[in-house]
Formats: sequence, C-alpha cells, structure tokens
Amino acid sequence: METIRKLIRKQSLEKLYNNLAANRKVYAPVIAADKKAEYKYNPGFADVTFDHIRSTLSVKNIVFPKVENLFFYENSKTESTITDIDLDKIPEVVLWGAHPCDNAAFDTLRSIFCWDTKDEFFSRRLEKLTVIGLGCHSSDEYCFCTSVGLSPSSSRGSDILLTKLQTGDYQAEILTAKGNEIVSSFPDLFEPLTDEKVDITEVKQKFSHKQVTEKLAGAFEHEFWIANSLRCIGCGACAYVCPTCACFDIQDETKGKNGKRYRSWDSCGFGLFTLHTSGHNPRHVQSQRWRQRIMHKFSYMPDRNESLGCVGCGRCSSGCPVDMNIAEQLEALQNI
Amino acid sequence: MDNLILRAKELLENKTVQVVIGYEAGPTGVVRPAFISDPANADSLIYDERCVQNLAVYLTKPEVKHLGRIAIVSSLPVMRSIMMLISEQQISYDEIVVLGISADGVLLDIADLSVMQGYIDKSDLSNPVKYKELLAELKKLTPAEKFEYWQKELSKCIKCYACRQACPMCYCTRCTVEVNQPQWISVQSNAHGNMEWHILRAMHLAGRCISCGECGRACPVGIPCHLLTMHLTDQVYNYFKVYAGTSEKMNSVMSTYEPNDKESFIV
Repeated sequence: METIRKLIRKQSLEKLYNNLAANRKVYAPVIAADKKAEYKYNPGFADVTFDHIRSTLSVKNIVFPKVENLFFYENSKTESTITDIDLDKIPEVVLWGAHPCDNAAFDTLRSIFCWDTKDEFFSRRLEKLTVIGLGCHSSDEYCFCTSVGLSPSSSRGSDILLTKLQTGDYQAEILTAKGNEIVSSFPDLFEPLTDEKVDITEVKQKFSHKQVTEKLAGAFEHEFWIANSLRCIGCGACAYVCPTCACFDIQDETKGKNGKRYRSWDSCGFGLFTLHTSGHNPRHVQSQRWRQRIMHKFSYMPDRNESLGCVGCGRCSSGCPVDMNIAEQLEALQNI
Repeated sequence: MDNLILRAKELLENKTVQVVIGYEAGPTGVVRPAFISDPANADSLIYDERCVQNLAVYLTKPEVKHLGRIAIVSSLPVMRSIMMLISEQQISYDEIVVLGISADGVLLDIADLSVMQGYIDKSDLSNPVKYKELLAELKKLTPAEKFEYWQKELSKCIKCYACRQACPMCYCTRCTVEVNQPQWISVQSNAHGNMEWHILRAMHLAGRCISCGECGRACPVGIPCHLLTMHLTDQVYNYFKVYAGTSEKMNSVMSTYEPNDKESFIV
C-alpha cells in the first residue's frame, strides 16, 4: 500500500499504547536496573523508553524464541505417540518502539526461515506480529546501519514507523495493511501531518557492503582471518544478541516415558557446531569460525538469499567481551 | 609502560618468543587483547586499569599454541591461572615467558617459576575487595531470598557460554553440556536449564577458581556469575585453607581426599 503520513501527539501515544496493551501483548523497551534497555511484555507506559540506542538483546525472540518446543512425545514399549504444538495458540504481539535495524531484521530472518521449506513456527509467529517502529534520534559509535543499506529512518519491517518531530510530537508513517488497521481502530489519535521537521540522528557510513561482498569472494584463504580472530574466545554472545543470526540446535529431552523435541539458539562460533560424528571438524580453529560468521552474512546470504545477513545494529560488537568489532573488521576487509 | 614494550621487543627480536600476548586499545578506544609477533608492533602494548581481561585463557587454545613460544602480560590473576594450568598439566612453564605486572602496574622480573611462586605467596589471594562487599550482602540473605535472587539473575541467561569461554580454567575440549548421549544437563535456556548450567559451572570451578571475575565481565546480559565461584572460593578456603593457583603441585580439593579433611557437612 501507499505510505500515509500522519501526526500523533506525544500525549496520544500513551492512549494508543494503553489501548493496544489492554487486549494484546505489547513488547516494549524499558530501562533495566543495569541502565541498559531491555524489552518486556506490557510494561506501564511510564516505564517505556523512547530514547534507548540499543537493547542488549535483539527482539528476534518474538519470532525465533531462544527455546521453541517442536512437539511432545510419549514412548511405550512398542511405539511413540507424538503431540504437535497448537500453532493457533501463538498470541498476537505488537512490537512497540523498536528501531529500524531490528525491524529490518525480520525480513532477513524470513529470507532464512522461508528460503526453501517454509518454517511453520517462524511464519506463524511473524504473521501474528505487528511492528510499530521508532526512527532513531540517537546513535553511538557501534551503529553502522548506513553501511548495510539501511538508515536511522528505514521503514523496512515496520507496519507503522514513528519518528520524533522537532516539536516533540511524532510522525506516524503507515506502511502496511496491519498498520492501517491499528490507525483505523483509533482514528481520533491521528491528525493530519503539517510539520515534517523530524529529529533523526546521523550515522556515518563506515564501509560499502557491496565492496565487502566483492572482496569476500576471493578472500577465503586470506591471512586476515587468523590475524584478526586470535582474540576471539569462541563464545556465542555475538550470535545470540544478533537480530539476524538464525542457527539453531535440535535436542530431545526425555523424562521417564515423556519428552519433548525443541530447538534452541546455536552459534557458528562454537567449536562443536561443525564437529562430525567421525571426530573430524572442518572448522577446527576459531579463525575458520570467525570467517564463517562474516562470510555467511556478507557473501553467502547476498548470493543465496539475496539479502544481507546484517542490519548494522552493532550489538555483536558492543556485547563482545574481547572487542571483536565487526564494523572495524569489515572496513579493513574492504581494503585488503 | 615503556619497560613492558622494551621487554616485549627484546623477547621477539632475540626470538625467545614468537608472540607476545598483551593489551592494546582498539580503534574505538576499547581495550582488548593483542597478539604481537612483529617487534615493530610492540609499541601498541599498553597496561593500565582498563586491562582486566584474564589473558591466560589463550594459553590452552591450539591456534595460539601453534604460534610458538608465548610471552604473556600477567597480572596476579593471570599468574595464578598459569600456576593452575601447570598444576593440571595443561601447559608447561617452558612454553611461556611471564611478563609479570604488579598491582600498581610495574613490570616485574619473573625470571622463573620459583620467582612467580614467591610473588604469588606474598600476595593477598582472597577475593578482590570490590566483590567482597557484594558477597557479604548475598550471605545475609535467607536461603529462600538467595534462591529468588539467583532465579531472577539466571533467568537472563541466554546460554551463550561466554562465562565458560572467558575462563582459563574451562579448557575442556568438550564440555559436559555438549554431551547429549546421554544428556547430563538440560541444554535449553530456561529457568531449569540455566540453573543447572550455572550450578555445574560453579561446582566444576570450586577449588580451581582464582577469582579474576572474568566470567561475570564477559557475560553479555550482566549476570554476576562470578559471585557464585567466588563464594565457593571462600567456602573452599574455610574448609581446606587453600586458594587455587598457588602451587605448581597443588591437588584440586574437590578431587582429592586427605584423612584430616573436615567432614562437618555430613549430617
């Protein structure tokens, strides 16, 4: 649909939020005890922050929870009975106030989860999600959305995108039918937009992702990987805080006769990730795993999924215990 | 830190070592580990109060061992980790050169293992002062309050295992959580699985943790998991009067039995 721009006053935002939260799950950012932002379900409006730069964790858990039960089973001596998960019970969720990088990531995830076989769990969760995004009026040294084809005001992935106006009120861009449904439900809260002076931060471009992708095509054996990954300790922090990392592990857990099969987040940074049953590990050292991380996001995904595997949120770098700064490394890779 | 830079250059130039592991400030100003192989790059080495990561974690990594003999910038926790790794036969002192740094940031002359032993012997080995207060606060809680506190903290865990990977003592090539035939502990990240993981981790470090606090620092979601192992450090000292990483010949208290061990925990 064609984008419609409207005005929503600061005080109307509270009414909109409370109306939505009255009968839906609304996932919104608050400032936690450690002063960092985290998303919670249905916090009071007074606690919802409009000024955070990035939450520690991304919001991908709405569509890709850290643990997703796939089915339950009961074993007898001769057979197993399987009980499927009732996907109709997946609740409707409104994501409130998430930034453009996080919202664009839903598209990236879709390109992975629905690449070939459509993943039912992911798809159903995404269908039930409505995104009211918030353009960024602040940023920091870890942000690099403009290097990966996005910007602090990108509307990709949002159903409605709010952007702070210099007056303190908000511009609402209504982008999809889902967004339009919300606006139509509360027509009194939206007014015609007259003043369009928005308060949007500037994020400096650090590298050209196209150049990086071109360079990577011939960089598999480059010495860069070892030299720049020695300090990586091989934890999964970068993958787990990443809004687009989609790898998972499948496990069975049985207690007596009953059990369940579930999937949980996994990371290509772990040594076990590619360990074969034979004992052979094609990625036996960290440099190969670090290379995989970059290659997957900036070479294999553009090639196979026609989408970049990174939205420039900077979480992997700000959350890394040993400063494996991805933007710095991509900038260096562009020039090797 | 001119002395450190000079010493690192000298060691690289005369080929005593092939790599120096120390600290540098990255382009964004964040301090991080540096692996210096070219003496010309030794000037980037720094040492100040921001240099807190326990670098001993790299000593057991095959790709780092592969580089050759290593000189490692070592504050007290790093030295104690090295001692612990030697006592557990993970490294030999001959493979490394210790560039010891005193608590006030002065380069020490750690000529051999006995000198390092001497330095550790005269140091305060109890938990760092900044954590003692927190530990004392936690100790005041009732068991129910403690359980509630940890349930809340551990609910944040995402099972990224940064706590494990950052720890020099967690060097197993295959961790128990990665064994699923049979499955010893629940790998899912929920209240049950998270609690099991953190209890397992803490118990495996009882008597082996040298109180560097690296696990808590590495945690991306800010769980103070170092308080669990530090509490056990206190417990082990109370029961057995030993601190980890104090001798190349020390036996782990949790895997040895002495006839005079206290048995007051047996009801």
